[in-house]
Amino acid sequence: MIPLVFFVTISLFLFCVGIFGVLSRRNVVGALMSIELILNAANINLVAFNRYLGPSDGLGQIFALFVVAISAAESVVGLVMVITIYRNAKTIFLDKFNLMKG
Amino acid sequence: MVHLIAVFPFLAFVINILFGRRLRGASAWISIAASIGSFLLSVAAFQGLRSGQGSYNLGTWLTIHGVPLNFGVLVDPLSVMMLLVVTIVATLIKIYSVGYMRGDSRYSRYFAYISLFTASMLGLILSDNFVMLYIFWEGVGLCSYLLIAFWFERPAAARAGLKAFLTTRIGDTGFLIGIFLLFFATKNLHFDHLGAAIASAGPQEGLLIAAAILIFLGAIGKSAQFPLHVWLPDAMEGPTAVSALIHAATMVAAGVYLVARCYVLFMAYPVCLQVVAVIGAISALMAASIATVNNDIKRILAYSTISQLGLMMLGLGVGGYTAGTFHLMTHAFFKALLFLCAGSVIHALHTQDIRKMGGLLPHMKVTGWTLIIGMLAIAGVPPFSGFWSKDEILVQAWSGHPVLFGCAVLTSLLTAFYMSRLVFLVLFGKPRSEFHAHESPRTMSIPLMILAVLAVFSGFLGSPFLHHAFQKFIFFSPEHGGEGGEAHPLNYSIMLLSALISLAGIGLAYVLYIRQNKILPEGLRRMFTPLYKLLLNKYYIDEIYEAVIVKPCLAVCRWLSGFDCFVIDGLVNAAARFFQFLSLAVRPVQTGLIQNYVLIQVMGVVVLIVVLFFGIAGFSRVG
Repeated sequence: MIPLVFFVTISLFLFCVGIFGVLSRRNVVGALMSIELILNAANINLVAFNRYLGPSDGLGQIFALFVVAISAAESVVGLVMVITIYRNAKTIFLDKFNLMKG
Repeated sequence: MVHLIAVFPFLAFVINILFGRRLRGASAWISIAASIGSFLLSVAAFQGLRSGQGSYNLGTWLTIHGVPLNFGVLVDPLSVMMLLVVTIVATLIKIYSVGYMRGDSRYSRYFAYISLFTASMLGLILSDNFVMLYIFWEGVGLCSYLLIAFWFERPAAARAGLKAFLTTRIGDTGFLIGIFLLFFATKNLHFDHLGAAIASAGPQEGLLIAAAILIFLGAIGKSAQFPLHVWLPDAMEGPTAVSALIHAATMVAAGVYLVARCYVLFMAYPVCLQVVAVIGAISALMAASIATVNNDIKRILAYSTISQLGLMMLGLGVGGYTAGTFHLMTHAFFKALLFLCAGSVIHALHTQDIRKMGGLLPHMKVTGWTLIIGMLAIAGVPPFSGFWSKDEILVQAWSGHPVLFGCAVLTSLLTAFYMSRLVFLVLFGKPRSEFHAHESPRTMSIPLMILAVLAVFSGFLGSPFLHHAFQKFIFFSPEHGGEGGEAHPLNYSIMLLSALISLAGIGLAYVLYIRQNKILPEGLRRMFTPLYKLLLNKYYIDEIYEAVIVKPCLAVCRWLSGFDCFVIDGLVNAAARFFQFLSLAVRPVQTGLIQNYVLIQVMGVVVLIVVLFFGIAGFSRVG
């Protein structure tokens, strides 16, 4: 059986890639994709811990399914916002937007 | 059943205001059907009254210090008479409006408002206590405002609506305080127990007199009596059918109705009656004299309304309970007729200036002849209705009030004069401007004919020919010192005088306006220049109010607005500036760039993890 630490390592790696993507991509679509990576890293953790630490109930797997569903909804909202922003500003580069600047 | 009289028009209002856009033309017929239903029920109430069915109670609303305040329906001769008058006039005017308002962009809303008005007016009549009456009183005031300003695109109409609302508000406030005082003094708000309550009120004469005067102030506002009459002429900015229904026949009569309704109170204190009579006399004379020089057909009729209402007040004030209410009834019919005729003329010519009319009789036969009938009725030519009711008032005033009698006679003379002046200038002579007059459609001419019939014959109800049926129906109960339904012995000399006065007025107008065929006799005008100017400017009352009340009010408002702008707004803005200044140092943190925020978030998480594992500054392990 593959040790738990393998899964955690993979998940950690995915999470770091995701964080890096969110922080570094200028393109909004890229940033959204990176957020998906972060969520999937969390999913791997959930499923793995469920398998190794509490094998009888499927709580972690159900949780992962919820995360998948919610992240789908979140991407829809995100993409809609991207389209709206694009229509208004003709650009999808994140560093062009500082409407909330104090 | 009787309370349904007011419910029907209210349902029509609800339907029209909610679904009016979809109903379009049908909205008028819903409204008309409702008022016909009310009319039939009023007839039933009249029959019921004769077979002994009277007032009844729908339920208790409030109990104040053990005094119950009921939703009661008052059915007595006075209210039944008013119900019949209001439902007849309202139905006819709604039918007339079908033609008059055709093509208006807010057609269904017009019928909604006018239904609401009918409901409020009928509710006002049916109320058996002061509080309910006051609620409906405000309801008719609201409808009056809405309908005067119906064509609110015209600034004059919007202003007139506001003026009417604010002016009557003065009276209404007085009325409300009067109700409070009355309750305070007698612990009673019901009309039925008013007499007993006053009798047992004891030594609170001053309070009760004040209450009566304040209640009369409400009547002054609503019935457009001096000094609160200024709103009525301006109210003519509304559609003419509205002027006929609200500002001539029914709502303005509510003030007279109110005085008649709590007549016990006035009867108990002669000084109050005197105030009523004097205010009535002043209004009657003043308005009649203004009407003799005015040139706007609707405004002449408006001043005539003030004058006739003054005459009713005078009648009530000299103890003529029956006389005042009788004139209220006949006036409702002939004044509605006159206004509808004026509306028909305006509909045809699109002008209201009688100097630009003339020679209309051959073109508009129905309107013309009904207008003549209305004129004869208001002038008091026998045997038209106005003769009988005006005669009643004169007879009442003759017994012990020589000055008031003189005022009434002079008013009658002026009335006959200005009404025949109007008729001669509009219908006879040669056309004084280019127009293509045409008779109005059937929906407008048939109500005219019905009202003309009523204007001729309604007076017979109080004449010897029908054995004084009206006087035997409506009278002030003798237990409070009334005359008890006994008809006066006919006073032939006053009858003759009254008829002669009418003919004299008409004759004078004939000599001046037909024989000389001029709009205004030049020589006469030059002879009385100051008087003419005074009358043309309506005794400068509007100007006086402008200078004494409106201007100071505006000055105070301007000062307050300055206080608001500089002091109050200044404080608020200063607070805002203060915090804006404080925030200068930390504002740059908010860059507005999403990735900066995410970075800070991640760093926060890292810090949390470090703390979690190594404890704060690494001193102790947590968890």
